[in-house]
Amino acid sequence: MNDHFDTMPSDITAGSARRDPYMLGRSSGLRDGRSRQEGATGRGEGGPAPKFVTVTYGFWIFLLSDIIMFSAFFASYAVLVNATDSGPTGKQLFDLTRVAVQTGLLLTSTFTAGMASLAIERRSMPGAQAWLVVTGVLGALFLLLEGQEFITMIGENAGPTRSAFLSAFFGLVGCHGVHVGLGVLWLGTMMAQLWVKGFRADILRRLHCFGLFWHALDIIWVAIFSLVYLLGASQ
Amino acid sequence: MLGKLDWSAIPFDQPIPLGAALIVFIAGLGVLGWITVKGYWPYLWHDWITSVDHKRIGVMYIVLAMLMLLRGFVDAIMMRTQQLLAIHGPGYLPPEHFDQIFSAHGTIMIFFASMPFMIGLMNFVVPLQLGIRDVAFPTLNSVSFWLTATGALLVNISLVVGEFARTGWLPYAPLSELAYSPGVGVDYYLWAIQISGVGTLLTGVNLVTTILKMRAPGMGYLRMPMFCWTSLASNLLIVAAFPILTATLAMLTLDRYLGFHFFTNEAGGNQMMFVNLIWAWGHPEVYILVLPAFGVFSEIFSTFSSKPLFGYRSMVAATMFICLVSFMVWLHHFFTMGAGANVNTAFGIATSVIAVGTGVKIYNWLFTMYGGRVRFETPMLWALGFVTTFTIGGMTGVLLAVPPADYVLHNSLFLVAHFHNVIISGVLFGAFAGFTFWFPKAFGFRLYEGWGKAAFWLTLLGFILVFAPLYAVGLEGMTRRLQHIEVDAWVPWIVIAASGIAVMLVGAACQIAQLFLSIRDRDQLRDDTGDPWDGRSLEWSTPSPPPPFNFAHQPHVENEEPYWSMKQRVIDGQDPRTDRHYEPIDMPKNTPTGFVTAFFATVIGFALIWHIWWLSILGFLGAYATFVVFAWRDQAEIVIPAEEVERIDCDRTAAQMAWLRRGEQVR
Repeated sequence: MNDHFDTMPSDITAGSARRDPYMLGRSSGLRDGRSRQEGATGRGEGGPAPKFVTVTYGFWIFLLSDIIMFSAFFASYAVLVNATDSGPTGKQLFDLTRVAVQTGLLLTSTFTAGMASLAIERRSMPGAQAWLVVTGVLGALFLLLEGQEFITMIGENAGPTRSAFLSAFFGLVGCHGVHVGLGVLWLGTMMAQLWVKGFRADILRRLHCFGLFWHALDIIWVAIFSLVYLLGASQ
Repeated sequence: MLGKLDWSAIPFDQPIPLGAALIVFIAGLGVLGWITVKGYWPYLWHDWITSVDHKRIGVMYIVLAMLMLLRGFVDAIMMRTQQLLAIHGPGYLPPEHFDQIFSAHGTIMIFFASMPFMIGLMNFVVPLQLGIRDVAFPTLNSVSFWLTATGALLVNISLVVGEFARTGWLPYAPLSELAYSPGVGVDYYLWAIQISGVGTLLTGVNLVTTILKMRAPGMGYLRMPMFCWTSLASNLLIVAAFPILTATLAMLTLDRYLGFHFFTNEAGGNQMMFVNLIWAWGHPEVYILVLPAFGVFSEIFSTFSSKPLFGYRSMVAATMFICLVSFMVWLHHFFTMGAGANVNTAFGIATSVIAVGTGVKIYNWLFTMYGGRVRFETPMLWALGFVTTFTIGGMTGVLLAVPPADYVLHNSLFLVAHFHNVIISGVLFGAFAGFTFWFPKAFGFRLYEGWGKAAFWLTLLGFILVFAPLYAVGLEGMTRRLQHIEVDAWVPWIVIAASGIAVMLVGAACQIAQLFLSIRDRDQLRDDTGDPWDGRSLEWSTPSPPPPFNFAHQPHVENEEPYWSMKQRVIDGQDPRTDRHYEPIDMPKNTPTGFVTAFFATVIGFALIWHIWWLSILGFLGAYATFVVFAWRDQAEIVIPAEEVERIDCDRTAAQMAWLRRGEQVR
């Protein structure tokens, strides 16, 4: 975890203030080798990017792969949605009130995660901790409601073993739930670390990655909310 | 307390696996004893096991791959001899054991031989070629390697504790469901592949980030060496395809462990969904394996022809074309599913079209040699063997891409011959070519040429002798995975194939002899220049082996072949090295995080396979604690003092100058 080549500016905004941040004019004058330092780091011929950019970029790549994993679960749900084996359908099972509350909780937690990142920008420890704890509590409440939904369904003999449709439902929604759970665990660990170590560069990078993760889970939830719950309840 | 695990898991009544396990166990104990007696443990622990240096991790990947390659080769020998001995008879392997052998052969060769070999080469070479000091996430790199090793370990534990899957290398449902595979074999497969798959995915993230964000100044995309381009394509495929595998195997795991119905016969499960999902990963996977090999060959053709690569930009375009189209051909693995003529036609056309990208590459390699000063050293021999045999394999692939032909040849040995033809000449030859090419860079001495050439010719001959007959016998209707043979017309072909594997065995022995004899005589084979092949890209500008920081000064890249132009300038008398000021270098600190994580991953995997729930919970807690301890550390870097950097760099420059003077005397 080192900053490669210390000559590079370490500020995230490095490069964007330059004349041509996206190297749109890269064809002019770059061949002579003198103007190569003009380019932003991490792009084109500008040399290695600063650590902050590298880490968050790598985490973006990871999130994309995670989204592809979800897409496999979405695909399986789409294939199996009608394979109810004469068991209960989505229309009979989905409680839209609970789902609406869940959605509200998760969307609000995204907002508070954004507030937390603003507090972190200001290096305000109480603000950051407060917003992070609110985010975590909202996530935990979301999980609580999801757990309640799962237990109710299993109690009504509509658990994942009942039909392929329910397997796909539990697989997809459960996968999202596991992600939220891991996110809450990560969040708690980060809060403790922030408390003990302060606003260190590596902690700031990790907090930024956590923010990306949390927002990505929100996007996936929006897809689940519309494609699984809304579509399922209306059919 | 111990879940499903008891003494019946050890196959005391089966001499073959028990004997094999005993040999491995004694050999392992011998190696451990030797290390202890020689007092190598501190060295191994500090310099290798806890190392986060991309070069060391690359070397460890390749060591793992070579061991697993031998294991998979033993499986191959067993299959060939079983078919030879089981003509109108039972042979020596009972069906349930034979089924495990071919499943283990495929699983090991793809996941634990080819993948680690290619990832090892990429790990070692890419940062050096990009002119940087390490990959983007060095500790993550170590975690990736050790998770891969965990998967390999689990597969090998299955040899003696329990059993391995009998389902083929892709555990098709519903055969792999609990109803038809009640044993732990499929569970071994699932957890071994899931754990190593996480490692592979993290490698993909790591190398994509490295290549896209960390190139040396001046190295625009169209100045990257071809190996970096194919590595980028391969790792993009890893990032895009491995999550599908993770999801698919997770669904099968849920079916087996919690009674879900994704792929079962009952309650609406859909078996064809499994086949679709697994091949949506599986077809990109073959390009994940072969694209880095294409990169290796590109470097070798150019270096050993003393010419720049012909058609660099078309090569880049062909690589990215293959990268994209590899996601649009997966259905050709099951034309016989009955998706309909239109669907089959679309995928048949896509499959034929993807061969165009490879065709472009073949012509580029041929034209690279044209007019060049070709040197027939071992890496170049592997590359030439590849071009000739791979073209045949590619053409049989285009034949199989025609759906009506596929209906006839599906599941026959013709298919087996086809994919071995491309994967051996593509991936295996690529691995060996890269191994002999970069070995002097990694260790500072060359490998014996004679043994290498012998290994090449024997392997090539044996490979043709094994698989040419399988094409023929496949056309005669022999299906794959037969435990015994009742058709006399097939017998001559089976005999030739069995003789071929004996030749390959001698080839493998030559390879091992080459390695051991070269290590023994390393002082005579020493290469001081760091550039034994007259190389063209930046890795050859470093000493061999490269120092931990790779480059004393950050290279500045001005064209596609930075080291070649640097050498030309020195020959012209304009020494570009005016920068004689050295600064201390920060390098990432070694950490046992990867090793400890893999230890807990092994515990988790083994516990889940045998349903020892409390142990798996302990394993998860341990893994979490490991990450927290890692995250809590205060010092992530060590500083290499400027004097040390200067000393290493000056030694290097002196050797380089001596080499150049020798060259001038020759001229």
